Amino acid sequence: MNKTWNNKAWFMVLPMLVLVAFSAVIPLMTVVNYSVQDTFGNNAFFWAGTDWFRQVLESDRFWAALGRNLLFSAIILTIEIPLGILIALNMPKKGIGVPVCLVLMALPLLIPWNVVGTIWQVFGRVDIGLLGYGLAALGINYNYVNNVFDAWATLIVMDVWHWTSLVVLLCYAGLVSIPEAYYQAAKIDGASRWAVFRYIQLPKMKRVLLIAFLLRFMDSFMIYTEPFVITGGGPGNSTTFLSIDLVKLAIGQFDLGPAAAMSLIYFLIILLLSWIFYTVMTSGDETA
Amino acid sequence: MARIDLEHIRHAYGEKPASAADYALKEVHHEWSDGGAYALLGPSGCGKTTLLNIISGLLQPSEGRILFDGKDVTDLPTQERNIAQVFQFPVIYDTMTVYDNLAFPLRNRKVPEADVDRRVREIIEMIGLGDWARRKARGLTADQKQKISLGRGLVRSDVNAILFDEPLTVIDPHMKWQLRSQLKKLHRQFGFTMVYVTHDQTEALTFADKVVVMYDGEIVQIGTPAELFERPSHTFVGYFIGSPGMNVLPVAIDGSRARIGETEIVLDHAPAIAAGAKTELGIRPEFVRLGRDGTPVRIAKIEDIGRQKIVRAEFSGQSIAIVIPEDGEIPAEPRVTFDPAAVNIYANSWRVGGEG
Repeated sequence: MNKTWNNKAWFMVLPMLVLVAFSAVIPLMTVVNYSVQDTFGNNAFFWAGTDWFRQVLESDRFWAALGRNLLFSAIILTIEIPLGILIALNMPKKGIGVPVCLVLMALPLLIPWNVVGTIWQVFGRVDIGLLGYGLAALGINYNYVNNVFDAWATLIVMDVWHWTSLVVLLCYAGLVSIPEAYYQAAKIDGASRWAVFRYIQLPKMKRVLLIAFLLRFMDSFMIYTEPFVITGGGPGNSTTFLSIDLVKLAIGQFDLGPAAAMSLIYFLIILLLSWIFYTVMTSGDETA
Repeated sequence: MARIDLEHIRHAYGEKPASAADYALKEVHHEWSDGGAYALLGPSGCGKTTLLNIISGLLQPSEGRILFDGKDVTDLPTQERNIAQVFQFPVIYDTMTVYDNLAFPLRNRKVPEADVDRRVREIIEMIGLGDWARRKARGLTADQKQKISLGRGLVRSDVNAILFDEPLTVIDPHMKWQLRSQLKKLHRQFGFTMVYVTHDQTEALTFADKVVVMYDGEIVQIGTPAELFERPSHTFVGYFIGSPGMNVLPVAIDGSRARIGETEIVLDHAPAIAAGAKTELGIRPEFVRLGRDGTPVRIAKIEDIGRQKIVRAEFSGQSIAIVIPEDGEIPAEPRVTFDPAAVNIYANSWRVGGEG
């Protein structure tokens, strides 16, 4: 076999490379640039080495925010993944119900984040919001502005409302791809409902669940807009996640060096955790 | 093991069937005896699988009742009918080991683990996957997977019947033969009632004691392989069984005389034919004698298929097939005669006349 080498194809990828360079590589390198230098304006930079990284890693503020992020992601994943599976299992497989359910499920996903934040900000207000007013009328003392638990509960319920449908849609796609013969064979074999789920549906959903899990983890770990709109990071610092803290540091205090270092650490954490999850969840395949 | 009675079963997939054409399965009324080995034979889309799924309870018939040993099971779900069924394409639980796959139907029914182990070991040896018992079923080849499906069908010893829906489609020919004879052996050994769906006549004829030929949603004939060969009760059976199929020629009947073009054939009986019916004469290529007597034919083509030769010839303006031995000679002026005992007369495609 004689292979003809034709390097002209590289020209075809060139526009994409330029685009990626401008949209990702150059901004990222700018951040790297800031993270290892100090500046006092006038484009004068001084080498700072790893000082900013050390400063970020030694601050309590960073670890507290990271802790809040991990807790938030853990809570919403434990709710959204099982809930998503449960809803997907109960969705109709044929008939008019299918498009109706799909559209209903897709609706929250179509709403921009800041709008979602605003909706819940208003919804939860004690004076005019349906939820806040309703709860108050029932005699429940609910106020997300100055109660830490209420603020967290609002954010979690909002995230579940906004994103469970993503898990549902992915799981549903996995479920409808299972051939009817599997269910028929399970009936013949006398399998219980649980056995059907455990040995047919769950294995077939495994790949989409992995994607759903990773997407939900990454997105929830990067959450910014909604808490910014609803609580502004409060009460106190109780809903100040890494992203909110980062913006405070970079734009509020204009500490570009520490902020750049924090961005990179933040980025590496997400990368590392996603890689760990992916490796753990797919490790079963190779041993099979 | 049970006798299966199908009482006036009809099935339509659409709702509110208006005419006979809406039924995927036209009326089936039949009794399948306990311990019989049946093959359901027919072309794709003739209702074989529909009938099978009705027996196993995966489908609810539009009309009619099903009885196992006289007990009405029409409204029972599949799980309670105690039926085993093997599907056309392999269904395996790929997170389980081969062993657990086979044990699954038993464990679901709370069979004691000692019995499970004994049965599974027996079956796993039979399907030749003994060395694979502890392996995950995921990485196996298609025919290994199908053997597991087959094994799961055979693992329960107390089933009412075992149904096979073209189970050997994905298995390669050499293995097919082997598995089929194992099924046959198992049938003799344990006396399961077995129903085997196939569109392959060799498979049907070698597996079953009784072959049920289906055509367009109807059972056209139930009989032993010999009956299907010698006395096809419908022209479709004639075409479908045998290779090449039966020669079917339009014929004019007058008492016990049949006339095809210029040729007159004397029958051994006078078929009773309703006025206006379309009459045809059927004769298998094996019973057409090529020689120097009879009606002259013009030979179009000779196919040598090894042990025999198939002669394609023109007979009174109709093309017919004739099977002659490998060393059979073809005269210069060929003529043919029909073996009178092997001639069948059909009116509107259905066989008429006294049994031969």
